[in-house]
Amino acid sequence: MMAVNLGKLKLKNPVMVASGTFGYAEEFSGFMDLRKLGAVITKTITLKPRPGNPMPRTCETPAGMLNSIGLENPGIEDFLKKKSDYLKKLKVPIIVSIASEDSPDEFITLAKRLDKEYFVSAIELNISCPNIKKAGSKRKSEKLIAQDPKATYDLVKKVRKATKKTLITKLSPNVTDITKIAMAAENAGSDTLSLINTLGAMSIDILNKKPKLAAITGGLSGPAIRPVALRMVWEAYRKVKIPLIGLGGIIDTESAIEFFLAGASAVAVGTGNFINPKTSLEIIEGIKKYLSANKIRDIRKITGALNI
Amino acid sequence: MQTKAKVIKNIEVAPKYYRIILFCPQIVKEALPGQFLEIKVTEKIEPFLRRPFSINRISGKHIEILYEIKGKGTRLLSRIRAGNYLDIIGPLGNGFSYQPKLSQGKIILVAGGMGVAPLFFLAGKIKEIKNQKSKIKNLVLIGAKTKKQVLCEQEFKKMGYEVRIATDDGSGGFKGTVTELLKKMLSDFGLRPSIIYACGPRPMLKALSVLSARRNINTQVSLEEHMACGIGACLGCVVKLKTQKSKGKIDFEYRRVCKDGPVFDAREVVW
Repeated sequence: MMAVNLGKLKLKNPVMVASGTFGYAEEFSGFMDLRKLGAVITKTITLKPRPGNPMPRTCETPAGMLNSIGLENPGIEDFLKKKSDYLKKLKVPIIVSIASEDSPDEFITLAKRLDKEYFVSAIELNISCPNIKKAGSKRKSEKLIAQDPKATYDLVKKVRKATKKTLITKLSPNVTDITKIAMAAENAGSDTLSLINTLGAMSIDILNKKPKLAAITGGLSGPAIRPVALRMVWEAYRKVKIPLIGLGGIIDTESAIEFFLAGASAVAVGTGNFINPKTSLEIIEGIKKYLSANKIRDIRKITGALNI
Repeated sequence: MQTKAKVIKNIEVAPKYYRIILFCPQIVKEALPGQFLEIKVTEKIEPFLRRPFSINRISGKHIEILYEIKGKGTRLLSRIRAGNYLDIIGPLGNGFSYQPKLSQGKIILVAGGMGVAPLFFLAGKIKEIKNQKSKIKNLVLIGAKTKKQVLCEQEFKKMGYEVRIATDDGSGGFKGTVTELLKKMLSDFGLRPSIIYACGPRPMLKALSVLSARRNINTQVSLEEHMACGIGACLGCVVKLKTQKSKGKIDFEYRRVCKDGPVFDAREVVW
């Protein structure tokens, strides 16, 4: 009653943990039974190692937080050498999140490399991280791939040719019309969409008049963005046929169910993992209770079941 | 581990400084000096993140934490009454290293403000492993803004430590910073400690690490940092550590204060 399919990817339940909020899973092993998760989405991996952004990298905001970690990661080769052993032993679908730094072609190289790895169930294209800047530039990239329908289409199309793995495209909320980007990714062959990544945001310390993040701006996450995320899932659901993964401020069963009703086929817990490491497992149990209390046999019945 | 801990006591010990006592036998079994707890100070959504606190003392099956009211999180914590439960995660991080060989010579603990909290737990452990016949008296230096904000002085003395105080306004002990006091004592008495353990604000630890590096004294520092997850997942609380010197330039790598620290060798930190 809890199983869902995202393209070829079969999940025993529809609750995942979002990229960047769960490390490489091992960090959470002491707090929960990881095998119960629907899937794990790793911290984003780039071709070369990235040291990440200067401190401070996070700050608390009303009902949420800002981050500008800057995709700190060991690079694909060290990830496969040092971080993947644990993931291979986990009996849970592993989704590897990837991003490019200088050229979108890095996505293709990364996808080809991961295509050979049996433990990788799917690849998530992080074309929407607000915290990276182009090499040699002091400013952040002027435009994210996920802010341009044509760039999104071209990239997904190329990666599609490079791998047979299930492809998930992660969309940015920092756009005028998310449905255009969603349709571009669908037309280019993405199996699924994740929405949403963080909202561009900032916070200021009024005593020293400094931004609270060293990078000045960062990405807002947590319950503060949930209504925005929900609206975008709802808009995308009416325009595309591929399944959607809803995320943005999910911290309990009620917030997860909202996303299903708006059109999500699966959900991911992000910042909620920081507050309560077991959030995702509690949501799995909570969804089961919701379904049985409402005499719904299959989780798939509530996707897009909004009463209007 | 994550557990619900019963609040036994939560009292003001000095203006704006509180001591909370929590009943959590499972965490007591594992806790080591320098480790910390992540506490959810409210069941509501605000403030959103947990708050990290170092362990000040363990007594029986209880953990004691010293904290200062700094913002809305600690203000809410100060209002929680005995009998209530708090959701806590811990013990977290890597604490101080205090093998017997390090404890043979004189040990100096240097605390700045709330930095006294984890050093008190450490002082107790050092006393347990220290040779009872040793005549070397260990030293604690406590720095605070004023005399009223000096914490744990009597408790350190009861444990047999020599205690010296430094206050910014000179209302108690030496007038000046605790690092200046340390420098004076190292020079005046020709002290050669086998190790210095320190905790306090970043500028204090920086000054102290310069001082101890010059004199080649083994020094461990416990860093304070704002944290989001506290368990090494978000990479939000990193510190630059030196790696190798290449062409005169010091390379660094980011390490997580919560998981790889909060205690680091002072010589490795890029201040």
